[in-house]
Amino acid sequence: MPTVKSDTLSLRSEQDIVNVRQVVRKLAQECGFSLVEQTKMVTAASELARNTVTYGKGGDVLWEMLTEGLKKGLRLSFVDAGPGIPDLELALTDGWTSGGGMGLGLSGAKRLVNEFEIETAPGKGTRVTILRWK
Amino acid sequence: MFDSVLRDDYQNILNEWLAELQSAKSGSDHRLGVTELRSQGETFLSLLRDASKKGQLASGQGDSWLALQEFLERISSSRAVQGFTSSETAGFVFSLKKFLFAAMRRTSGANAEALAAETWKVTELLDKLGLLTVTTYQKAREDVIRRQQEELLELSTPVVKLWDGVLALPMIGTLDSARTQVVMEALLQRLVETESEIAIIDITGVPTVDTLVAQHLLKTVTAIRLMGADCIISGIRPQIAQTIVHLGVDLQGVTTKANLADALSLALKRLGLTVGKVKQ
Ligand SMILES: Nc1ncnc2c1ncn2[C@@H]1O[C@H](COP(=O)(O)OP(=O)(O)O)[C@@H](O)[C@H]1O
Ligand SMILES: [Mg+2]
Repeated sequence: MPTVKSDTLSLRSEQDIVNVRQVVRKLAQECGFSLVEQTKMVTAASELARNTVTYGKGGDVLWEMLTEGLKKGLRLSFVDAGPGIPDLELALTDGWTSGGGMGLGLSGAKRLVNEFEIETAPGKGTRVTILRWK
Repeated sequence: MFDSVLRDDYQNILNEWLAELQSAKSGSDHRLGVTELRSQGETFLSLLRDASKKGQLASGQGDSWLALQEFLERISSSRAVQGFTSSETAGFVFSLKKFLFAAMRRTSGANAEALAAETWKVTELLDKLGLLTVTTYQKAREDVIRRQQEELLELSTPVVKLWDGVLALPMIGTLDSARTQVVMEALLQRLVETESEIAIIDITGVPTVDTLVAQHLLKTVTAIRLMGADCIISGIRPQIAQTIVHLGVDLQGVTTKANLADALSLALKRLGLTVGKVKQ
């Protein structure tokens, strides 16, 4: 999968989350995503960006625009060096939250994209990668 | 000398300058990505070289000179919008000086007089370009401030009375926690003041409904009901409805309508009111 372009944005504050949503919306449009596809990708990004800020104590998001044949896709990796997720299965359960959230961010984001992957270890941080094709 | 340095030492100048631009950029700065910043550096230096090749830097006119000006204007106004300061904006141009001078020193050898004269010319040129960025920045900044003032005015009175007993809250823009809190409190307050029975929250102007926004909405609906009033959410666009369903958010207990007009007609019906044509 050749990368057309990529960049890294930092995620520390609420303002950064807004910024990520705007950047992802623009990229999704560039990839030719339909309105529904754009909204899904932006919403998934919003969930994961907020987790990075709230639970991961801040981090970065790496975005990559990919091509495969005529298809275009967008891959986002949310990376933090926070506490990690001790029980991944539990964290991915609909409705489970360790904070005061709805507990639908991780599981919901997973349903909004084509590929979803989490690497995490206690004390080592978390990396969530999502990919959506046009 | 300046022209020949730009021609012959171009790659060195570019690499040194880009390294400096990148290291001066703080990691927590989200306004501009590293790749974007580097590409702006490359474009600027190559436009400068083009103009120098055609002798347009000295004359201050010609197509390449214009392209250079336009490029600077474009990045300066986008920096103004992104929240950079004017000195950060001008700093992009000024930071190049050091590397141009170093390159000129490398070629000038012992010819101190020629170097001094040439250095002065380059200083004048970059100051002129730096000033251009500041002027553009200023103009764009004023536009931003005017727009923000307009938005603030709109936001200060978001709760509107649609009918006796019916309030509407048209939500616009990003619903971050702080803003939602303020707006929701205003709505509850006005419900009490006007003794309204029905509140309509219209989210047509909300670009993204994630689980945090959904949670805010559900909490507000609950609070409104606790006060003995009813709540209708309107303006959930099709793409947002689909996304909410995939997220797994359950809005089943909430009355929703496609648009504000439908919500109002439902509200009127609930109040036992009908609107119809007058028979003549
Ligand atoms: N980046 C992260 N670092 C550490 N823990 C996380 C991270 N992201 C998610 N979690 C954990 O997973 C749980 C579920 O996340 P999510 O589904 O987004 O729900 P919510 O944000 O509403 O709590 C969180 O409550 C948190 O305990
Ligand atoms: Mg979450």
